[in-house]
Amino acid sequence: MSEATSANHDSHANPTGWRRYVYSTNHKDIGTMYLVFAIITGIIGGALSGFMRWELAEPGIQIFHGLASMVYGFEGDAAIDGGKQMFNVFTTAHGLIMVFFMVMPALIGGFGNWFVPIMIGAPDMAFPRMNNISFWLLPFAFALLLMSLFFEGAPGAYGAGVGWTVYAPLSTTGSPGPAVDFAILSLHLAGASSILGAINFITTIFNMRAPGMTMHKMPLFPWSILVTVFLLLLSLPVLAGAITMLLTDRNFGTTFFSPEGGGDPILYQHLFWFFGHPEVYVLILPAFGIVSHIVSTFSKKPIFGYLGMVYAMIAIGFVGFVVWAHHMYTTGLSLDVQRYFVAATMVIAVPTGVKIFSWLATMWGGSITFRTPMLWALGFIFLFTIGGVTGVVLANAGADRALHDTYYVVAHFHYTMSLGATFGVFAGWYYWYPKMFGHMYSEFWANIHFWLMFVGVNTIFFPQHFLGLAGMPRRYIDYPDAYAFWNNVSSIGYLITLVGVVAFLWVMLEAWMKKRVAGDNPWGEGATTLEWTLSSPPPFHQFETLPRIK
Amino acid sequence: MLTDTLPKKANWPSGNLRVAMICGGIALGMVGAAYAAVPLYQLFCQITGYGGTTQVAAGNVNGIIERTMTVRFDENVSPDLNFTIVPARSETNEIGTVRTVVYLATNNSDVPVTSTASFNVAPAIAGAYFNKIECFCFTEQTLQPGETVEMPIVYFLDPDLDDVPELDTVQEITLSYTFYASQTGSS
Repeated sequence: MSEATSANHDSHANPTGWRRYVYSTNHKDIGTMYLVFAIITGIIGGALSGFMRWELAEPGIQIFHGLASMVYGFEGDAAIDGGKQMFNVFTTAHGLIMVFFMVMPALIGGFGNWFVPIMIGAPDMAFPRMNNISFWLLPFAFALLLMSLFFEGAPGAYGAGVGWTVYAPLSTTGSPGPAVDFAILSLHLAGASSILGAINFITTIFNMRAPGMTMHKMPLFPWSILVTVFLLLLSLPVLAGAITMLLTDRNFGTTFFSPEGGGDPILYQHLFWFFGHPEVYVLILPAFGIVSHIVSTFSKKPIFGYLGMVYAMIAIGFVGFVVWAHHMYTTGLSLDVQRYFVAATMVIAVPTGVKIFSWLATMWGGSITFRTPMLWALGFIFLFTIGGVTGVVLANAGADRALHDTYYVVAHFHYTMSLGATFGVFAGWYYWYPKMFGHMYSEFWANIHFWLMFVGVNTIFFPQHFLGLAGMPRRYIDYPDAYAFWNNVSSIGYLITLVGVVAFLWVMLEAWMKKRVAGDNPWGEGATTLEWTLSSPPPFHQFETLPRIK
Repeated sequence: MLTDTLPKKANWPSGNLRVAMICGGIALGMVGAAYAAVPLYQLFCQITGYGGTTQVAAGNVNGIIERTMTVRFDENVSPDLNFTIVPARSETNEIGTVRTVVYLATNNSDVPVTSTASFNVAPAIAGAYFNKIECFCFTEQTLQPGETVEMPIVYFLDPDLDDVPELDTVQEITLSYTFYASQTGSS
């Protein structure tokens, strides 16, 4: 039952209607559900950040007190305090949704499910039923997170306003209400989903490659997913342990993180970041894989330095586990410990540089066509490089002491994780859209989408570097007038991005209405991986005879 | 399934269930490692003086050196503990001198209260050289309503401190206690 098999499944009745999706064991249908889920959660998470940018467009408190009285029924001065807590709740929910319910489902669950089996020449994932569970845990996890918004968190206020890091003691004695319990349980479910998915991918990639496809011939996207899911397998259980300790500290009188019982809140930070740092590579590594394919396809050249690219990803994954305390320079680490973490963090720039320069070298001398996916891939390289450079700045403990918890950090991690990862998602979306759905979108509107997003997100986040360098701390609803100008620019950037999101939805709608037939391979000779040998969309079960790789 | 694949070691990995079980084992192992981090972290702090954790010693075997050091004493009281704590006065002694100082604690409430104290020293790197022979913080303290008690600390600084370059310019070490109402059933 669990054997890799190329047997013909036509004897099975394929369920139709809602059963096709709810009972689905088909990697392509599950991948599509992940992508649809990510689009919905992305819009919700993006809307939360829209309220924050609206609030921060000018100094003072403009909208959150009104929002708090509308949603929670606060009145008068209580609405101001409720609004402040609500702002924290929004930052928390925005972070958790974008990390766990948008980027991870899109890149790993969506594109990973769709294309890892196809690219390695497998008929499906190794454990199709487990794949179904992995997906269906997510909507419930997401529902728990949304429910947390409406329960008491901090005394007299609603929602979990603890940040995506859920640091103790704010998340223990600081937020006695059940909202934080809901958020923790949501993370438990999302984590279980990802661990099951990780096991599935590892088994699929190890055991189900087509004959002749050795590990060193495997395309870079499955490689990036393999490294990613190993990071998940090793780091997520640590988060699960840490938040379980939080849960028992909150409800059952344990004192893992409370000093009065011999615990230590700093231990929570160590455990969290032992998960949290690999997690940021989880968000970006699949995008590395996608961008490699796109750059190669539209330069009509094989990727430069294939083995270097593979081992750079492995190196990033490995080093990602031993740099966690660079998030904790201000917690009183001894000088020697800081020296180690500075040096180890800087080392990550080396394999990352190998990847950036290999992309450039792939394009060098290539016959480049600037089709839509290529624009997104180039946007990715540009944004990720900016984020990487500010990362090298922040790696220095001395500089970080000044910049810790300022908007400089916000700009840094949005350029890498959010813009980098999101541009990777859109690059993959436009690269594989014709393959997944069989239609071609309008390149004109897709280009409009790209340029609106590119200008929009840069307008949002580039000024945040200036705000951070000027000392504006993150996670506050209000700021002194001195920071007004660049905050206003940043909020205008949000509006441009919002129009970009509308353009994205329009591109989908337009493609669906026009139904231009895409053909098996719309990208030409540069697209060499196995998915382009199949029809568009691929048959319900592909590779009834396994492909042989020379 | 496991038994079929065992003889074919050369073909590892083979068998989906086998790979999945190994992965599941790794995941469970990492949960265990997260919990193991709790005692290990405490042990690590105690051994290395990490984060300003002080040391426990029976007595000073390294003698006294000429360099002097000021030790300041500090106190913090958790809001849920109705105690008044008067810390010991700061004092300057030659490094290695064994000293006894006293904190005064008064229970301002009208019920008996048990308290514990956590502690560290600043700068944190001095933790490895700050030795306590005796301290009230080793045990819980129960104070009757209105009672005032003297709480002694017997300490000395290890002369090896003089060999640490980071402490060359340090002339003052602060020993800080934070007092909590004790949680029942824990130490």
